[in-house]
Parts: sequence; structure tokens; C-alpha cells
Amino acid sequence: MGENTIYSINGPVITVRDTTDFFMLEMVHVGNAKLVGEVISTNRAFTTIQVYENTAGLKTCEPVKTSGGPLSVLLGPGILGNIFDGIERPLKDIAEADHSAFIPPGADVPVLDCEKQWDVTVKVKRGDELSAGQIYASCPETPLIEHRMMSPPGLSGKVTFAAQSGKYKLNDCIVKLMDEDGHEHELTLCQKWPIKVPRPVRKRMPIDTPLITGQRIIDTLFPLAKGGAAAVPGGFGAGKTMTQHQIAKWCDADIIIYIGCGERGNEMTQVLEEFSGLIDPKSGNKLTDRTVLIANTSNMPVAAREASIYTGVTLAEYYRDMGYHVAVMADSTSRWAEALREISGRLEEMPAEEGFPAYLPSRLSEFYERAGYMVTLNGQEGSVTVIGAVSPQGADFSEPVTQNTKRFVRSFWALDKSLAYARHYPSVNWLTSYSEYVDDLAPWYNKNAGAEFLECRRQIATILQQESRLMEIVKLIGADVLPDDQKLTIEIAKLIRVGYLQQNAFHADDTYVPLLKQLKMMQVILYLNHKAKELIAREKPVSGIAKTGLFDKVVKMKYDIPNDNLKLFDDYYKEIDEALAGIS
Amino acid sequence: MSIQYIGLSEINGPIVVLENVPDLAFEEMVQLKLDNGTCRTGRVVQVNGTTAAIQVFEGTKDLGLNNTVTRFTGQPMRIPLSKEILGRVLNGSGKPVDGLGEIYPEKFADINGSPLNPVRRVYPRNYINTGISSVDCLTTLIRGQKLPIFSGSGMQHNKLAVQIVKQAKISEEEDAGFCVVFGAMGVKNDVAEYFRSSFEQSGVLKNVVMFLNLSNDPIIERILTPKCALSTAEYLAFEHDMHVLVILTDMTSYAEALREFSSSKGEIPGRKGYPGYLYSDLASIYERAGIIEGHKGSVTQIPILTMPNDDITHPVADLTGYITEGQIVLDRQLDQKGLYPPIAILPSLSRLMKDGIGDGYTREDHQDLANQLFASYAKVQDVRSLASVIGEEELSAVDRKYIEFGRYFEERFISQGVTEDRTIGETLDLGWKILSMLPREELDRVDNEALDKYLPKPEKEAAENDEPIL
Repeated sequence: MGENTIYSINGPVITVRDTTDFFMLEMVHVGNAKLVGEVISTNRAFTTIQVYENTAGLKTCEPVKTSGGPLSVLLGPGILGNIFDGIERPLKDIAEADHSAFIPPGADVPVLDCEKQWDVTVKVKRGDELSAGQIYASCPETPLIEHRMMSPPGLSGKVTFAAQSGKYKLNDCIVKLMDEDGHEHELTLCQKWPIKVPRPVRKRMPIDTPLITGQRIIDTLFPLAKGGAAAVPGGFGAGKTMTQHQIAKWCDADIIIYIGCGERGNEMTQVLEEFSGLIDPKSGNKLTDRTVLIANTSNMPVAAREASIYTGVTLAEYYRDMGYHVAVMADSTSRWAEALREISGRLEEMPAEEGFPAYLPSRLSEFYERAGYMVTLNGQEGSVTVIGAVSPQGADFSEPVTQNTKRFVRSFWALDKSLAYARHYPSVNWLTSYSEYVDDLAPWYNKNAGAEFLECRRQIATILQQESRLMEIVKLIGADVLPDDQKLTIEIAKLIRVGYLQQNAFHADDTYVPLLKQLKMMQVILYLNHKAKELIAREKPVSGIAKTGLFDKVVKMKYDIPNDNLKLFDDYYKEIDEALAGIS
Repeated sequence: MSIQYIGLSEINGPIVVLENVPDLAFEEMVQLKLDNGTCRTGRVVQVNGTTAAIQVFEGTKDLGLNNTVTRFTGQPMRIPLSKEILGRVLNGSGKPVDGLGEIYPEKFADINGSPLNPVRRVYPRNYINTGISSVDCLTTLIRGQKLPIFSGSGMQHNKLAVQIVKQAKISEEEDAGFCVVFGAMGVKNDVAEYFRSSFEQSGVLKNVVMFLNLSNDPIIERILTPKCALSTAEYLAFEHDMHVLVILTDMTSYAEALREFSSSKGEIPGRKGYPGYLYSDLASIYERAGIIEGHKGSVTQIPILTMPNDDITHPVADLTGYITEGQIVLDRQLDQKGLYPPIAILPSLSRLMKDGIGDGYTREDHQDLANQLFASYAKVQDVRSLASVIGEEELSAVDRKYIEFGRYFEERFISQGVTEDRTIGETLDLGWKILSMLPREELDRVDNEALDKYLPKPEKEAAENDEPIL
């Protein structure tokens, strides 16, 4: 086999001529700088390779070397709390390795810390049968998360050697395994897995548990299930990133994978800074202890942007296999789709809608289908929940990425520019958003959130619907001409919008609201609505009710009632009764 | 002595093709020498075996298939830099055009730069006081931010940019110097002259580096202009610890140059004919702003772009908005009313503002005030559209107050003089004063404590003096 050399270079795409040495999706090293690349098409005349790094300075006739395997990530302890680029290179180590603030091409640093001693507990002994995906050892990775080493999927057999529990490094052999054919395999603390192949599971479970985010509009109106998929579309400045950050901070997943895909560098720095300063309310540990960041900012090479989504979701599946609930935030999938388009354009493929390649829907569905609530190979339950931000061109939701995403997600949180302009955050539009999970999750809500929760939710949603109809009239003739009962609906809907749906991410209490407080808030609002309706029926004017100041008082209850003193809600009922009694 | 190649195989717009060249490097620089003794530079943009496609920066006029000699340098495009570059005027590809001779380089920098490692970035937090109320209060500019101005033809974006440069003060004075890198892409001669004379009048010219690619200069050079400007800015910021403000105008011309270049390369067009990689390309410019750990300097970017037909969904404006950290949008209606600066408050946004204002930076009430102003002004728009249907007389008393509030807000708060330099305290007090025109119950974004502290009490004297509020 002769040496393969570069024939042509066009941006991130290079070709090699007259070779049959490569196979599809194989990882290759390109040029003297050993840039990482991936084979994306091959025929007898040309093999086409996309390069994950900047190709400037690459020369024709430089060698292209095969690696013999697909593009893979290394999975093992040390992933949590780290920040990687799109092909799992640790950015902190790159920064330290060459003392530069910029990322040099061809940076070659070990993915995970090979020198660190882990406190490993070996869970098998000699002679045990080890099935594929079974746990053979564990170690505390962070104060919060126990890392469980599993035999790689597809590998099972008899244990012929098991080390003592103790301190080991990443590449130390701790278990040896003899498979059916009599081959011996050494198991260390880490394993590799190709990023474009979903990790196998025993079976998919029906969805029945919500992912609690502490954000009222999401938990109440448009819930997301553990193992589900959601999309957050919105034009620039609509608050996609803010919404993603809030969910990453407060949702009740065990592990958060945050993929900054083609977004701003300063945003990643913000996540880094903010998360290391924040304390997880449940465990009292730093949020970074349960977070992995994948940062491929918009000016980093475009092909690595395409890979970053897969890298992120593969890491998520790995932790799911240990029995954890993992939430993946992808910000933003549109940038990923644009990376597909860019590479497709360089390959001179026939474009479909808006220049996007025809395989865009199938790629999107492959990605979102990696979400799910699963029984893992070792019999535990774990889930991967995917929340993808979508940045539609010109904030037009009819563009291909939004439309195709809609087909593969069941929670759709449409962000609204006009709400964002009025600084109503989260700017989720309650009329165009939806969640198909409500019915699946109903038993859970009835059991855990109180039987009244869904009924309150229904009433709140109805009032908002009615308001939107009434506003059409108001826009034409003004609010003064409406009858009093409709005026009341408008007042109550305003109360719901400002006092309930709008949530202040910077307020110590309001940034995360437990379900019980959400329920109590709804009940107070609905109680006020109910009582006020009775008065209206007795022909008292709405203006009289407004004069009591009740509306203002209830609007501010989100700030006035601390999350840990929900007893204060009782005073509101008394106050409503007294104030309204004063009118009648 | 490297090999030189006589003649060319093909000339197509700004691209020339040369065959039978072994050992080509992607994006290496090329020198083309013409028979008449002039010299041009180019860059390899596509490599196909031994065939190279080269973009010629100065254009392909006078080039023939037989009258050139080409030499490959094997180097990427680099720009000579030294601190002496301050006060100089250069062309779009970094060659001095002010007749003061070459720049003695302390260093050569690759104009493409490298992506900044997010781990080494410092999250920008210190605000820049511009003395313009609508910017300082509502879309605060933060040192290290990239905040574009979205404008349209005929609006006052240049005036606004000049005012920001003149008045920009950094909150805490440090040893680090302050300088401006100005990149003009495809602007008219008199616009460039306006900037130059404005800088001169305000005495900052010695701290300004100007890269001028005027509208009649070659488009390929235009593609290099922002990259040269930013390499200079990075050099001054990170090697000489200066706070650099980069003004790039007009990004729409840049994107159009890119489109022209892309189509002459025969690439598949994306939206509105712009190449599919427009996002990545713009990002490689805008992302070169920020602060690096361990360095005192910073790069702050104010790109200016004119939205064709005032359309904010046009690809250039749209993609810019997705990359930059906010935007300042100028509004045709306000401009026509004669208000300056005509900033449309509602679509304008500064993403970094929330962490750079408040106690310790500006004043503790800043965020509350800004939120309330945004919310109330948004309500003004609703009331106005209602008023246009049913007439102002039919509005309720509260709605009429909103109309009045809207008018004062535009005339007294947004609008200000070209040389008027308001302190942050003045701006915030003015904001509260205008808010006090509305009934207190309407101010639902601020808690009672802040209202008690900052909201001026309805003043009897003011009413008596017949001077409404202000």
C-alpha cells in the first residue's frame, strides 16, 4: 500500500486520488500537522474527507493516514466538569499545553487525564460471568456522581483477572475477560465509542416522568418528559440561550451536557464562570460537578461543529448507561444544520430546500431519536433528554430546520420576539407552543403534584385562550366597550401573564419555583378569578375590584413569598375574601 | 530562490487559475509580476491537484494569459505590525496610503487569526460610558463586546459611531491606553473623509488606525479589510495592553463582496445568492472581540451595517444578529421625526448588559429601570396602534398617559444632541422622571422598595410651573 497524499483542497474538504484504503466515516489524520478528518465519500477515483480543523497552510502531496476506526470519543472518568471542543479535545489542557489564548491547529493533548489516580472499587471477582454493558468497577468522579465502568457493548465472557480495589490510573488494566472464542480482553477505566452510532440498550421504556425545570411556563403549560425531546426556536435576541441556561441550571437531571454549537465564545465563558459559582440546590455541590461543556464556537472549524452534536449525545448515552438521567442542551441545532449545508455545498451536492442538503430531515431525526427513557444493558433505568435550540433565519418558523425539527420533537417552546421586546422572559409564546407529553405525564402529575394541578393548568390555559380572542376585539374598538365579565377575563389573563408566566431569572426565589408553589400560585389566581366572577354576576364593576389593589398584590406574590415558606399563601385567601367583601 | 511560473491558464473575474504547480499550500500568498513592472498579490483559494485557483486582491485588470510571472511564497497572508501603526492610514490590504512610508514591523501577524480558546476568555463585565442615554441605559456597551449598529441607507449611523468614539469613557481609568481601529469597506470617499475629519477635530486621530477600502476599490481587497483591521486590533490589545474599539463599516458591502467572489468561484449559492458559509465567515470576524485572561487590553467591536430596504431579516443582518452580542437598531420613523440618535429601543438589545450594570458598575436600580422602560414603551406601541384605529380621544385615561409618556420618552430620553454627553446618573434619573408620568400601579416590573427609593414623587411645583415634568 503506497502512501496516500492530498490531491485537492477546498476549505474544510480535501480529496485523495486513486485509493481504496479508506472506508466510510473512518477517522484519518491529514497532512504533516496530523489534522483530524473523516471520510465522507469514497470511490475508485476520489476519496473525500472533511477536516475538523483549519486547513490553511495544508499542502498537496502531504500524507493522509488511516486510523482504522471511525471517529470515536474516549469515555471514562474525568469527563465531568471538563470543557471540550467538538471532537472531544479538552480546551483547558490545550490552553495549558501551549500557553496561548488561541487554539493552534493540530493540537495534540490527551483527552482525559491519564495521570490522575482514581479511587476504584472493583465489583467483580475472578470466575464471574460478565455480560455486555455490565458494571465491573466504580469510582467517585465528582462529589456528586459515581462513575461506573461498564464492559463495552458486544463484549462478554468470564473474568480471568480482577485487580484489588484501590487507586488506579485511567489506562491501568483492572479486569481481564476471556470471551467465548478464547480471546482475552483487558478492561481499563475507559473505553472508546464511535460518535455516530447510538449505544445499545436493552429496551426503550414508555415515557412517564417529567423533567422538572422550575420554570413555570414549562412545568405547568408545556412540560417535557425525561427521555423526551424539545425544541426552542426563536429569532436572535428572543432568549433561546437564556432559556437553555435556566434549564441547565435548575432541571432535575443528574447530568447536564451543554453543547455550544456554533455560538458565541463569550457565552461559553459565561457558562463556565456561572456554573462554577453556582451551587446545586439538591446536593449542595457545585453545578460544574454534574456538567460537561462542549464548546465549538462559531469561529472554530465548521466540520467540528457538525461533530460536536454527536460527541455531546454520545457522552450523554454513556452516562445514561450507568443509570443516570442526562439532559442534553444543544445550542443551536441550526448552526449544526448550516454546517451540514456548508459541507454539502463544498461537495457540490444537489441542494434541496433553501440550500440545505436533502438528507437534513434524516440527520435531524437520527439525532433526536437518540433521546429516550431506557433500560440499559445492565438493567438500570436511565434517560437522555434532548433540548435543541433552533435559530430560524429571519425568525421565520416556516424554514426547513424548524419545520423538520417540529416533526421529531414533542415539546415545542416557540419564543416570541414581541414578548422579548417587552422584556417578558421566558418569552415562550403560550398560543403557538405545545407539548404532546401532557397526557403521558398526567398520571405522574396527579400522583406527585396534586390532583388539582392539571385541572388548574386547564383553567389557566383556557383563560389565556379567551384573552387572545378578546384582544382581537380590543385591538379594533378598545377595552372600554367590553362587558364586565370579559373585562375581568382580560384582567385575570394579564395577571397570569405578568404574575405567573413571566419569571425573573435574576431573582433569588423566582429563578427556580418548585411544583408545589406553582400549584399554590395558580390556585390563588383562580380563586381570585372565581370570587371576582361572583361579584360581577351581582353586577359590581371590574374597576371596583381593581381599586382594591388585589391584582397588584397577586402579581407580586412570586417575589413576596419565599420558596421555603409556602404557608404565606393562606393569607392571600383571607385578604381576597376581606377585600372583596368590602365591595359587596 | 523559489520557482516562478510564466503565464496563466485562465482568468475569470477576480480569480486566476494556474496549472502544473507542484506542492501547493492552501491559502498561501502569491505574487504576480506584470510585464509593465507592477506587482500584485493574491491568495490560493482552491487547490486541485497541481491546479491552483488564485484570488487577486488588486483585481485582474490588465492581466493577460502571457504577461505575468507568478511566484508562490508558501506563507499565509500576513500583515506587518508595530506600535507605530497608530495614526496611520492604510488601504484595505494593509499597505500604507498616507505617503509616510512603510511600517517597520515588530511582528508579522497572520490575518486570519486563530479561534480564541473559550477557557482563556474573560467574561466581559466593565461597561463603556458613551454618554448616550439610550445606549447607556438600555443597550449598555460592555468592554470586549461586539455590538453592531443596524442601520439603513440615509440614516445617521456614522454620526452615532463618531459620537460613541468621541465620548467613550471607560468606567475605571487604568493605565491602558485607548485607541480606535477603523475599517471602511466599500464606503464612499466622503464618508471616509467624514470619519477622518471627525477624528481629527476631536483630537483622537493620533490614536486611530484607518483601513480604507473605498467603494471603487477592488472587492477582493474588501474581503481582507476587516481581517487586517482585527489583526491590528488584537496586536494592540493583547501585546500593548490597549483598549481597542474597532469600527467596521459597512458589513453589508463586505458580504456583497464575498458573494461576488463566491459566484466567480462557481460555488453553490445559499439564501439570496450569498454563499453557504456566510455565517462561518462573518463569525470569523465578529468573534475576534473580547478579553483574554492575563492581558489588560480588550477588543470591542462596533460593526455597522445597512439593512437593504430596512429589512432586518435580510441574511446579512439576520446572521449578524445571531453572532453578535446584541444590536442597536436605527429606526426610519424616528429619523424622519428628526430625532437623533434614532434608536429603535424595542428591537435593540445588549446581551452582556445584565452582568455589566447594577451595583458596583453603574447603579443598583439600572436593571429595574431598563426593564420597566422596555415594558412600558412596548405598551406604548400597543396603545398607539389602538389609537390609530379608534382615535386618541377614545382612549382610556391610562392609555392617554401612555401616549404622553411615549412622546416624552422619544423626545427627551432617546433624543439628545450630537455633542451632549450625559453621565450615567443623569441618564438614570431622567429615566425615572419620565416613568413617573405613568400611574404607579402600571410599573409592574419594579418592586415597591425600588419605587419608593427612586421614583420621583409627583411634584406639585412642576404642575404649577406649567413645565410638564421635565
